[in-house]
Amino acid sequence: MILPGNTSCQGCPISLAMRCLDEIENPVLVIPAGCSTVVAGLHPNSAMKIPVIHVPFASTNAVACGLKEAYKRLGVEANVIAWMGDGAADIGFATLSASAARRDDIITVVVDNEAYMNTGTQASLSTFWKAKTTTSPLGKGDEKRDLALIMIAHRADYVATATVGYVEDLRRKFRRAGELKGFRFIHIHCPCPPGWRFPSEKTIEIARKAVASGAWALFEYYNGKLRFSGVGKRYVDKGNRISLADYLRSQGRFEHLSDEDINELENAIEKEWEIIRKFSND
Amino acid sequence: MQGDLQTKGHRDGTRVRVLLTSNEAIAEAVRIAEPEVIAAYPITPQSPIVERLAEMIASGDLRASFVRVESEHSAMAVIHGAATAGARVFTATSSHGLAYMYEMCWWIAGSRLPAVMAVATRSIGAPWNIHGDHTDIVLLRDTGWIIGMAETAQEAFDMTLQAFFVSEEVNIPFAVGIDAFTMSHTAEVVEIWNPKIPERRQAYRVLPTDRFAVNAVTMGKARMKARYDLAVDLENSAKIIEKSDAEFGNHGGLVEKYRLDDADYVVVMMGGWCGDAKDAIDVLRGEGYKIGLLRLRFLRPFPKKAVKELSGEVLVVDKGNSDIRGVLGIEVSSCGIEAKNVVAGIGGVDVGVEDFCRIFKNFVEGRIELEWYL
Repeated sequence: MILPGNTSCQGCPISLAMRCLDEIENPVLVIPAGCSTVVAGLHPNSAMKIPVIHVPFASTNAVACGLKEAYKRLGVEANVIAWMGDGAADIGFATLSASAARRDDIITVVVDNEAYMNTGTQASLSTFWKAKTTTSPLGKGDEKRDLALIMIAHRADYVATATVGYVEDLRRKFRRAGELKGFRFIHIHCPCPPGWRFPSEKTIEIARKAVASGAWALFEYYNGKLRFSGVGKRYVDKGNRISLADYLRSQGRFEHLSDEDINELENAIEKEWEIIRKFSND
Repeated sequence: MQGDLQTKGHRDGTRVRVLLTSNEAIAEAVRIAEPEVIAAYPITPQSPIVERLAEMIASGDLRASFVRVESEHSAMAVIHGAATAGARVFTATSSHGLAYMYEMCWWIAGSRLPAVMAVATRSIGAPWNIHGDHTDIVLLRDTGWIIGMAETAQEAFDMTLQAFFVSEEVNIPFAVGIDAFTMSHTAEVVEIWNPKIPERRQAYRVLPTDRFAVNAVTMGKARMKARYDLAVDLENSAKIIEKSDAEFGNHGGLVEKYRLDDADYVVVMMGGWCGDAKDAIDVLRGEGYKIGLLRLRFLRPFPKKAVKELSGEVLVVDKGNSDIRGVLGIEVSSCGIEAKNVVAGIGGVDVGVEDFCRIFKNFVEGRIELEWYL
C-alpha cells in the first residue's frame, strides 16, 4: 500500500498503519494536511499504491462523503477512507460529527500522535494530560478528549481503537471495517519518536507500554455493544497492568513529571476506564 | 403544484411560461440539469433554492443525492468530493455562508473541478444585515471562479443552465449571482425550457482503480503553473460564454448594452437593480440626455474588451466596496477608464428609479467624482 523510501521520519507509526491498508478492498484515501500528507508523497510522486485525494483540514469527512455519494450514484464500488491526524479531527470536528450523524458510508481513520506533529509538536485536544509540547511548555493543563467514545455517542456503525503496537489487531479491525457498511471509525494510537521524544526504534515498545499500562484501551463497538479486543482484554483488569510511570518515564515529553503528577494521571486514566466500562457489556 | 406543468413542458421540448422567483427559477434550472449530488446549508435568502430542490428529490422529480451538511464549508467540500468522483454537482449560498466556505472555493477551483453554485447576494456583517448587496460575491474574485450576475429571474434560469455547460467545458466552477429579495424572493414570468446540456464532462476523475494522488504538496513551479493555467483558462472561458450565449437565452454574452450606441454618458453596473437603472435611463433619455448602460453580466472573466471600448464619460455604480471605492469602480478603472464611482445600496438600502435619476443627473452635470449615496 505504501512504497519503501517514503518521506516519513524514522520509526513513524503512520507509515506503519498505512501498510495495513491492504486489508481494505477498493480504497480511496482522502488526506487532509498533516504528517500523512507528507508521508503519502510530494508532487509529482505518490508513495501510495492507491488513489489519494489531498484536501484542506476541516473538509476531510465532507469530501469523503461527497466521493461516496457520487460513487454510489455512478455505480462505482469503493471504500472511501477519511485518513487524518488528531489535528484534522480537532479542526474538522463539526464535519466529523455531521458525517457520523448522517452515517456516511465511509471509513474514518484517525492516526493519533497526540499533538500537531507536522507543524512541530503543538498541543492538540488529544494531547495526553500534562504532556509538554511547544505550546504547552509547562505541560498541558487541559483535558484530553476521547474521540472513540464520542463516535460511540453518535451510534456509529463501527468504532474501534487500535495501536501500531499490535499490527495484527489493527489489520483485523481494518478488515472488519472494510467489510461492514455505514459509518466506521478507527482510532489508532501512534507514538511519535520526535514528538514524544523517544528513540526511533522504540515505537512498538512505547505503543505496547501504553496498552499494558492502561493509558490506551483497545476495544471495538458494533451492533450496539462495546467489547475489549485483542491483547487489550488482559489490561481491563488493573492488576495485570504495568505501572503508568514505566510508560511515561520512557518519553521526553513527560520528563518534568513528579511522582505526584503521575498519581494524578493514574486517577485520570482510572476515570477514563470507568466511562469505557459503562459502554462495555464484558 | 406548478411542478407538473413545468416538468411536462420542458421534457417534451416545449416552452412553458410560469411565475417564479429567481430562487425558484434557479431550482428549476438545476432540476433540468440533473445533477447527481447536491449539498447545502441553509442561509437567508438562498434557502428556498435548496428547499425546493429537496422537495423535488423527495417527490422523485429529481434523482440526486441531497447531503445535509452542518456548514457551508462542508457543503462545498461535499460537492468537491462528488465532483472528484465524476458527478455533476450543485450548491447554493449567501453572505456569511460564502465567507465560511471560502477556503473550499479556492480548492474546487484549484482542482479544476466543474461545479455550479448559486449565490443570492447579501451583505456580510458586522453588523448583522440580511439584505442585498454585492459584498459577498465579490469575495470570489481572486479564487479563479467564473462569476455571473443575473438581472432577472429568466436570466437566472438561463445562466444556471449555461453555468453547467460552461463549467464542464472549461473545468472551472461557476457562480450564478442573484440579488437578495429583489430577485431571490420576487416572482417574475419565466419561460422554462430545456436547452439539453451534454452529459457530464471533466478533465479527470478519481476511481478506486487509479494509482495517483491529486493535490499533493508541490514545490518549485508546479503551484504557480497551475495558477497560471487557471488564469488563462478563466480568461478564455469568455469565448465559450459568448459563443454559447445564443443557446442560453441570448442575453448578450459578457455584457448587455442598453441604449449605448449614441451615448455620451455611460453607466456601468451589475445585478437586479439594473432594471431600475434602465428605467431611469429612459426617463433621462426622454429629457434629452444621451445616456446608456453597460450591464456587466460577468465579474469573472471580467468584460475588459467591452469596458475598454467605452467612450464618453463613465460612471460606475457599485453595491459592494473595497476601500472607499466600489469594487466594480476599481475593476473598470483597471481597464484604463477614468470612471466616476458611486457606492449605493449597501445592506439593502433601497435605490429606486428616482434615486437613479438623481444620481445620473448629477453625473451628467459633472457633480460626481467618488461618493456614497447615503
